[in-house]
Amino acid sequence: MSQVVYKRADSLTKVPFTFCPGCTHGIIHHVVAACIDELGVKGDTISVSSVGCGGMNPPFWDTDSIYSMHGRAPANATGIKRMNPDKFVFTYQGDGDLASIGTAEIVHAAHRGEKISVIFVNNTTYGMTGGQMAPTTLAGQKTTTSPYGRDADHCGNPIRMSEMLATIDGAKFIERVSVDTPANIRKAKKAIKRSFECQLKGLGFSMVEVLSTCPTNWGQSPSDSLKWLRDNMMPYYPLGNFKDYE
Amino acid sequence: MSKVLMKGNEAIAEAALRADVDAFFGYPITPQNEIPEYLARELPKKGKLFLQSESELSAMNMVMGASAAGKRVLTSSSGPGLCLKQEAISSMALTRLPAVVVNVVRSGPGMGDLAPAQEDYWQAGNGAYRIPKLLPASVQEAVEMTYEAFDIADQYRIPVLVLADGMIGQMMEGVDFNKLPQRRENLPEKDWRMAGTNEKGHWNHMTLHPNMTLLKATSILENEIYPEIEKNECKVEIVDVKDADIVLVAYGSASRMSKSVMIDMEGSEIKLGLIRPKTAWPYPYDAFDEIGSNCKAVIVPEMNIIGQMIDDVRIGAKGRWPVYHVGNDSKSTLNPEFIMNKINEVWEEVK
Repeated sequence: MSQVVYKRADSLTKVPFTFCPGCTHGIIHHVVAACIDELGVKGDTISVSSVGCGGMNPPFWDTDSIYSMHGRAPANATGIKRMNPDKFVFTYQGDGDLASIGTAEIVHAAHRGEKISVIFVNNTTYGMTGGQMAPTTLAGQKTTTSPYGRDADHCGNPIRMSEMLATIDGAKFIERVSVDTPANIRKAKKAIKRSFECQLKGLGFSMVEVLSTCPTNWGQSPSDSLKWLRDNMMPYYPLGNFKDYE
Repeated sequence: MSKVLMKGNEAIAEAALRADVDAFFGYPITPQNEIPEYLARELPKKGKLFLQSESELSAMNMVMGASAAGKRVLTSSSGPGLCLKQEAISSMALTRLPAVVVNVVRSGPGMGDLAPAQEDYWQAGNGAYRIPKLLPASVQEAVEMTYEAFDIADQYRIPVLVLADGMIGQMMEGVDFNKLPQRRENLPEKDWRMAGTNEKGHWNHMTLHPNMTLLKATSILENEIYPEIEKNECKVEIVDVKDADIVLVAYGSASRMSKSVMIDMEGSEIKLGLIRPKTAWPYPYDAFDEIGSNCKAVIVPEMNIIGQMIDDVRIGAKGRWPVYHVGNDSKSTLNPEFIMNKINEVWEEVK
């Protein structure tokens, strides 16, 4: 007798992902959807999308979904959640969206202790617009707008959002994870589920930062990208929990 | 007691409460602060939401979220803050989300100063859309228009802007809340709201998709929604234009200055008429066809420099009469004396 050990999450529609080959956005989407399934909140979920590659996702969710202006997903989510305190509301934002143009919105959503969950996908680059430098781009990293490598004297060192947001009282769960290996995918799922539970328990703001690859704009193969993530991103962006609740 | 004495901003806030507003999001800016202050005090008493945001940008995006959740939502601001709200207003115009935005206008450009003004007539976004713009000329009218704005917003699924100059917001006048317009009936169900599939039985993806491309969405706006609004929501007051020698065209506080000039100049050799638009979009272009054959000139008093509504007046005038601007000078905002001087100066030119 056959037994189902893995299947497409129910919280996803049948629309195929439109991400580039090897990009880990797809894995992250599946993990998020699986957590929604397991928590049984699919019918009460409202997804708030952002601008960038993460913003391609509304058609993928088998739930209500709204598309935000660049960086404003936490503000949209604030309005939705405050009007629907019993529903499950999460944003899905990239590093350009969350760590650059949307810094005010994410900091103050955390500061107010908005009972929303945030999936923050950090791939050190603006993917959709063609690989420009992000606030998260590593020192020395070449992008289309840092063709000689990021120079910290010129534009600062990359910003660590998880560490920063963990200092804010209203933030109740902050963790950085990666989806570069099966073991890390399992850990990422555990963290995302716990961050969602933080909202469902009404505790406050929660965010999971997921280190992700951008093989297309990094100009690397998918497997080289995973290695680059491990060798370069993880030392600067250490995995781990920065804030947890009882 | 039918009339109460109220400050314009507080009366606007009270009108929103009576229109059953569910939430207010905003950021402090003069001269509109009495609106959030009033609602910060009153909304929690009704179990409703007041939330001060970190910026006007964020406030309007919170409005967008709360509106997407199917609720009646208000925000208010003034010129420099309205600039920041444009982003989400534009987004809501496309996504077709209702809300009421009150702009208690101050002087510009840039930070300008706190003096009342009519500098935001053209400021309603980054193009590609229209939103209804209501032009109150008294505290009573600000109350009635704010109240009705929620119904207009819900009827057409569109943000509505109440453009009140700082004078209307800051002055006190008698208000009769018994004169509020009838609530509109048969407003559409918000079955598109973001509330989850359990509650509605279906999901909505509030974004463009293959069945609703940008061109299809904007074509519906241009060819279905906007003509309906133009047909139903245009409002204007027309005074003595049939035999006028000079017609004044003014809105808000400038229209009240114009009316006082008309009283002061009664019995003079110049017969004056007035067109007072109560909506900037839809604009009452047809009102200009009421002007009689005596008319030699049209003067547009506005509390601003350069002139903004004057562009719409020129469209309405269709070249039939010369059109003149009168506004602020280097020492003062527009006042009745400026208007009277302009009338006499123009009359010498055209009589």
